[in-house]
Amino acid sequence: MMSDSVALPASSPLSREHPYPGALIVVEGIDGSGKSTQIHLLQRWLEAQDEELVFTEWNSSELVRATTKYGKKKNLLTPTTFSLLHATDFADRFLHTIVPPLKAGMVVLADRYVYTAFARDVVRGVDRSWIRRLYSFAIRPDVALYFKTPIEVSISRILNGRQKIKYYEAGMDLKLAADPVESFRRFQGRVLDEYDGITSEFGLDVIDATIGIDAQQRAVRGIVEAAIRRRRGGPR
Amino acid sequence: MITQRKFFGRGLPYIDVSDLSGRLFVVEGTDGVGRSLQIENLKDWLELQGHAVVTTGWTRSPLMAGTIEDAKEGHALNRMTFALLYACDFADRLENEIIPALRAGMIVVADRYCYTAFARSAVRGLDESWARDLFGFALVPDVTIYLRIDVESLARRVVARGKLDYWESGLDLNLGEDPYDSFVAYQKRLIHYYDRMAETEAFVTIDARRPVDDIQLDIRHKIAAHLP
Repeated sequence: MMSDSVALPASSPLSREHPYPGALIVVEGIDGSGKSTQIHLLQRWLEAQDEELVFTEWNSSELVRATTKYGKKKNLLTPTTFSLLHATDFADRFLHTIVPPLKAGMVVLADRYVYTAFARDVVRGVDRSWIRRLYSFAIRPDVALYFKTPIEVSISRILNGRQKIKYYEAGMDLKLAADPVESFRRFQGRVLDEYDGITSEFGLDVIDATIGIDAQQRAVRGIVEAAIRRRRGGPR
Repeated sequence: MITQRKFFGRGLPYIDVSDLSGRLFVVEGTDGVGRSLQIENLKDWLELQGHAVVTTGWTRSPLMAGTIEDAKEGHALNRMTFALLYACDFADRLENEIIPALRAGMIVVADRYCYTAFARSAVRGLDESWARDLFGFALVPDVTIYLRIDVESLARRVVARGKLDYWESGLDLNLGEDPYDSFVAYQKRLIHYYDRMAETEAFVTIDARRPVDDIQLDIRHKIAAHLP
């Protein structure tokens, strides 16, 4: 799958430990992976530990929010502009929301990180090396949790009614299938394949998102606790 | 005849560029050098010869124009988000205006190109190779006309025109005591960077200090050999 050479420059901060006193925890996974539930539980637990916590979410910066929304609504986005708008959003949040609290020694919890772009945008058709180069300014998280779900599990969770299948999440712009569920299956199926490559490339921590919610959360807390302790240089 | 198209970098993997029979001409140069008027005259001339012409301009994409204006207004940009917004504007115009026009065999005249982003981000200290890779999806133009002016002549021209613009003066960089000093220091750096690119990117350099009609004749002469 990673047959062509993937060029993340060796000098990129994504390939080495970051120098800040804070800890960056990122969470990845497709829609229907149960990621939001796990983030919520993790957040509750960190707050109970008196951690000063900053939460940041993919595609939430004011700078391009209106444009992205407009572009999506009017169906104006190409794979490249889709990718660049998300990169702008990320760069803005990275500099204003992610780095300052890390420098101040706080914990930053990010719902999706650069790996989302590496997976989704490549499936949309942009070049695998280009997208890595684009995000090469980002730092490597202390923990990157990937909630891995088989496609049918995600689909049944979504169809069970807690969420709706969204146009771009289903990759409807790629015209893979007229039926949203079928389109989601094909698009996110490819995204899952891409995540598999990313998992080994960047060493993501894989959480089996088919097991019980509480068992997943125990695993998550264990990993996060160890990472924060490591960052703080021993038990607090 | 279809010219072999090249990209700056990895290109647009999902787009077939083997059938782009048009021509892509770029006019570059610093702020206030007179690009718009020259492009207008060039378009008139090309149309009189029977060529269909499409013009496209920096930050004029329907998707991005408002966003970039708003962000500049609030000064909410750093050099990286600046470059990314420029890239997004450029990609939108490339895919929705430039490539379709080239495919239809038309002539595209671009007022500024990714070279503008290279220059503006380099003088702001952004990693040059990152900026270049960012625009790896850009098509290499058939001809790039560089309207060159020295900073003193430019300053006189722009001051005579009216108030100095915040971004044209590079006021975000704190280069001078007042807008004039800042304008001169900033534009000097930009011109220096353009001069460097003139060599590495094979620009056709035209002295823009001369009368408008002389410059236009030069541009036509340089472009003539590349017409279909």
